[in-house]
Amino acid sequence: MAVLNDEQQMLKDMAAEWVRDRMPITALRSLYDHGGGGRSDAIGYDPECWAEMAAMGWTGIIVPEAHGGSDFGYQSLGLILEELGRTLAASPLLSSALGAVTALRLGGDAVQQERWLPGLADGSAIGTIAFEEGAHFAPERIATSATLSGDQWIVNGRKHPVQDGMAANIFIASARTSGQPGDRDGLTLFVIDADAAGLTRDPLDQIDARRPAALTLKDVTIASDRVLGEVGKGADLIDAIVDRAAVGMAAEMLGASAQAFDTTMDYLKTRVQFGAIIGSFQALQHRAADLFGELQLTQSAVEDALIAIDDDAADISALASLAKATAGETLHRISAQMVQLHGGIGMTHEHDAGLYLKRARVAEQCYGSTAWHRDRWARLNGY
Amino acid sequence: MVESEASEDRDFRLEARAWLKANFPASLTNVPGLLFQGDRHAAEANADYQLWRARMTDKGWGVPTWEPRYGGAGLSATQAKIIGEELTAIGGFNPIRSYGTMMLGPTLLEYGDEAQKLEHLPWIASHERRWCQGFSEPGAGSDLASLQMRCTDMGDHWLVSGQKIWTSGADQADWCFALVRTDTSRKQGGISFLLIDMQSEGIEARPIVLISGSTHFCEVFFNDVKVPKGNLVGQVNHGWSIAKRLLQFERNSLSEVKADITPLAPMAHDYLGTDALGRIDSPDLRARMVRNGMRHAAYMATVRRFAQEAKNGGPSHGVSTLKNLWSGIIQERGELLIELMGANGLGWSGDAYAEAEREATRAWLHSKAFSIYGGSYEVQNNITAKHTLGLPG
Repeated sequence: MAVLNDEQQMLKDMAAEWVRDRMPITALRSLYDHGGGGRSDAIGYDPECWAEMAAMGWTGIIVPEAHGGSDFGYQSLGLILEELGRTLAASPLLSSALGAVTALRLGGDAVQQERWLPGLADGSAIGTIAFEEGAHFAPERIATSATLSGDQWIVNGRKHPVQDGMAANIFIASARTSGQPGDRDGLTLFVIDADAAGLTRDPLDQIDARRPAALTLKDVTIASDRVLGEVGKGADLIDAIVDRAAVGMAAEMLGASAQAFDTTMDYLKTRVQFGAIIGSFQALQHRAADLFGELQLTQSAVEDALIAIDDDAADISALASLAKATAGETLHRISAQMVQLHGGIGMTHEHDAGLYLKRARVAEQCYGSTAWHRDRWARLNGY
Repeated sequence: MVESEASEDRDFRLEARAWLKANFPASLTNVPGLLFQGDRHAAEANADYQLWRARMTDKGWGVPTWEPRYGGAGLSATQAKIIGEELTAIGGFNPIRSYGTMMLGPTLLEYGDEAQKLEHLPWIASHERRWCQGFSEPGAGSDLASLQMRCTDMGDHWLVSGQKIWTSGADQADWCFALVRTDTSRKQGGISFLLIDMQSEGIEARPIVLISGSTHFCEVFFNDVKVPKGNLVGQVNHGWSIAKRLLQFERNSLSEVKADITPLAPMAHDYLGTDALGRIDSPDLRARMVRNGMRHAAYMATVRRFAQEAKNGGPSHGVSTLKNLWSGIIQERGELLIELMGANGLGWSGDAYAEAEREATRAWLHSKAFSIYGGSYEVQNNITAKHTLGLPG
């Protein structure tokens, strides 16, 4: 790992301990219905744990001190997300403390930041970004419309899937103020309250038991002081938010990959077949060694991207795509091998391997799939 | 191929075609037979399935090559193949197909005594006795021969105690063919092959919930179960060679080639769009789908070539190679299918996901077992390395 300063090392150790104690993998398991899918009464996160995270300051890590945060930076938040990823901890930390806060940091004016950042920083508000409208991540291909009526916007459309959308009370949603689906021009970001008249949300029963939301906006009226950034010029802002959210997700995926790998190594060291510990078979040793190499690539790509964000470097997008695509490929392989190397027991719902496999495929799609980030990295690098 | 058929085969084909057309219930057209094979309740509840099963039982065509006294029709392998082809052509399925016909039946024909054959084969031929396979144990997966379920000679009966796992359909089965340990001093040489009535006292089958939500597999607990002496197949402590033969039957049925899989391309165009040159509008995903499609095409060519070579008396050692190729291609296809569906391929339940999408998700999860059961990927590669390639070890 990159050399951490004392504060970061303390934060990482504290996060690791808290996650082991308060959000072990059994916490995620309790969100599952019998055999898979989310329990219908589950809201996708644990409010008590959320309150504890907020009390530890995790919700305000990238919020400027002037707005109630600690301004420790994305690298620090990444360390926490990585630890949460180890136990597949379900919480809106990535959506709110990274996604929504980033949107306000990059797109909000001073008044807007003062209006929303303190609540996000102390955890009393939960935010999330709502950019997607279909099966595949494509922030420009949206049809949700916003039309000006006097000094207010009237928004109509559907946004889905929205991560942590059932838990959030603030949505940072994109809508089209001009142009056609596919155009980069004409995209505008709005801050919309979950209790706005005309907004309804339905849970999506996903394989990872997270229950994201599908939002329906029907003639939702939004005051003009809720526009983030410039009207019709939101595409670059959306890209910048997505870059950072994707890196946050990649940090979570790094943690999930590392834990899936560790659990599998423990099994290789204890399971006996053919009179030998199966980890003594060279074919499996080499597979483990290969996966270890993939983990190293992922850790470096994630750390570089986090540091680039904190440094406000010029190549954040390329590094974000590298991190997300590398983490996607690694978690894909390790989660599949976790099932394979555990054999039959890995196929059971009772074992953790399936939980990692299911979360892996969701994470791979989130904030741009592995394929999407590979394509973007290719474009940014002249392929 | 049909044109070059011998005239008696040609006559038989026409006869089979006419009989199947007259007797296969139209309501079952293109219904997957596996539905009834795997689910006793679905089979019992469907009157047309029961009618079809009864007709095929009377005709002996569920197990066409078996002797009539065992419930078959005494037909040749060529005639059996013709029945299968004609059945496929009308969207039909064999209602008798089961673990009994695919695995235990062929094994009993080779190793069973006459009393065992007469006691069991006719019931398999009518699919009125469902069988499950009690082989794997918690400590004996890939290393099957390390199994521990004890079978003790009590003079006038056997006494069986232990645990089996991954027993498909044990909670619905009437009988179980099991590997048991009759000698603890030798590994392979201490195993016997035993037929156990699942109604016996002391047996409990508990379904296991899989990651796909399926509850088809069970753990089965045997607690001092009394089994008649006549239920041991072959000789005491000679069960391992019977098991190996039976596993060959299993591998053959696992690598049995079904009809072509549905191509991904049309669905990919629907979900991902089409670019100006008519290509699937995701270069990365498209390239990986193309690779998978080409591997599948080459796999099908390999299956045809191996079959041709086997017919001409060539080596028939390709089963392990084929199984790993097949499981790899199908698992990759399952991944690609949910990936091309994007967020719609990640649903578990609810109207937000189409039925085909939810099925694709479950099928993807289920496909992870393909490289584990019936001899894992690793075990198959060991067989290829050792037996096909002659590598030491």
